[in-house]
Amino acid sequence: MDVLIVDDSAAIRKILQRVLLQAEVPVGTVYEANDGVEALKLLRSKTVGLVLSDINMPNMDGLEFLTTVRAEAAWRDLPILMVSTEGTQAKVLEAVERGASGYVRKPFTADQIKEKLAGLF
Amino acid sequence: MSNETEATTVTSADLSEAIKTATDEVFSTMLSLKLKPGEVYVEKEEKVPASGVVSLIGLAGPWVGTGSVSCTAQFACRIAGQMLMTEYPAICEDVLDAVAEITNMIIGNVKTTLENRLGGMGLSTPTVIYGRNFQTRSARNQEWTVVPFEWDGDQMCVQVCIAPNPDNGKKEVRPGFPIPHMLNI
Repeated sequence: MDVLIVDDSAAIRKILQRVLLQAEVPVGTVYEANDGVEALKLLRSKTVGLVLSDINMPNMDGLEFLTTVRAEAAWRDLPILMVSTEGTQAKVLEAVERGASGYVRKPFTADQIKEKLAGLF
Repeated sequence: MSNETEATTVTSADLSEAIKTATDEVFSTMLSLKLKPGEVYVEKEEKVPASGVVSLIGLAGPWVGTGSVSCTAQFACRIAGQMLMTEYPAICEDVLDAVAEITNMIIGNVKTTLENRLGGMGLSTPTVIYGRNFQTRSARNQEWTVVPFEWDGDQMCVQVCIAPNPDNGKKEVRPGFPIPHMLNI
């Protein structure tokens, strides 16, 4: 399964890649995007089975990206795990209402990500 | 949650507690490290020009302010090394990005704590500056609550200034706004 990681921090993208390698999820190619705009471009040209996305990003934030993705029939069931510093109940609820499959607050442990991924597959 | 900012106050003790808790959580979770907090102090502006890495994030909503993490180049390289499991002998893109993300997580968690009392706030993306002989000051002459942390004799400071937004309700504020902070480089 190919995976798309969307975060404006290259450090977080590296850490999430490392966690994916440790998790018991069969990962193929990992694509990286700096923001929602880049992520949408990638989604239109590649087929991925999982998206991990931040919320606070330049150009297009994670919530707008989520809304845009869910508006397309082909991506309605694509698992999207939000990974963000935004930790209020209101923000988590907003993400879920917009179609997030799961939510992990930063800072995160590898086990927290693995647990959420296990719940998605 | 209340929007009546006049009736709500945030003390330096509130800010320092939120900073200590957030910093401890970020460093213990992402870097497997326990940092020792030093004596908290309040300042209006840095007394002497600084050198090293400064990472700034703006907060906006019913209250507005800035959060920052500052440290030496050596400290920044150690943060990145611990976070990415790679050795960094000098400042590079990876190091600046790691410091920016650490700042994002610390100030983001401080924001979450404050939002319970102050209402929802937006968080800008971090701006990182690396250099020598620069000085920071707040354009609004606010007081900064500064919490120094030690790691094997090296120091990092996490600081926040925040005040009621005089423009609250007049216009929509979004993340990505200009940071209300001045730099002399």
